[in-house]
Amino acid sequence: MKKILFIQRRSPYGTGFAKEALDAILMASAFEQEISLVFTDDGVWQLKNQQDTKTLGIKNFSPTFKALELYEVKQIYVEQMALEQRGLQIEDLIIPVTVLATAELRQLIQQHDVILSF
Amino acid sequence: MSHLVVKDRLIKTDPEGFLNNLVEWDETVAEAIAKTEGIILTPDHWEVIRFLRDFYQAYQIAPAIRVLVKALLDKLGPEKGNSIYLHTLFPAGAAKQSNKIAGLPKPTRCI
Repeated sequence: MKKILFIQRRSPYGTGFAKEALDAILMASAFEQEISLVFTDDGVWQLKNQQDTKTLGIKNFSPTFKALELYEVKQIYVEQMALEQRGLQIEDLIIPVTVLATAELRQLIQQHDVILSF
Repeated sequence: MSHLVVKDRLIKTDPEGFLNNLVEWDETVAEAIAKTEGIILTPDHWEVIRFLRDFYQAYQIAPAIRVLVKALLDKLGPEKGNSIYLHTLFPAGAAKQSNKIAGLPKPTRCI
């Protein structure tokens, strides 16, 4: 079994990266690997609660993050600094996460066999 | 462009029969789609269809089969929480056919 870390660092709707990464995570979860997921930089916006994409004409896919638990993806992290820089708090997020200091994020990256950054 | 006719309504679908406009779905549309698939809907089918629609409403995706099976197992017990049961209800592919009848998008992941 490999330990795979997905790093989400882009905002949700400017590009297709966030949605594609989420699809890849759900797919990877079928292969019984150990999957972790971390949100940093603008990636933290993906977890912002109460998203409304009507004027963008794009589907709001943020509710799909709530399905991660059903897909056995339970190790979900957010970098503290990324939240702070954007004036976000853990209560603003759509799912429960573990907050990491930057040094802890560095450790997390080192502990994984495969890093996929989106 | 393909379509279904349901009580004088023209419902557009893709070539495989998935609805173009998801809000046009209702129970009569489900029955019409099922008919084109050679299925007569029973309460057992409706149980799965409602589950899929609730899941989509909550998470904006169609569940992977193993997630669907697990959820049915938790909710309805081992007799209905297994993939063989789903295949007897939806013989042309538990994921694809059930989502089509439930008026949901074609599942992108087949695992």
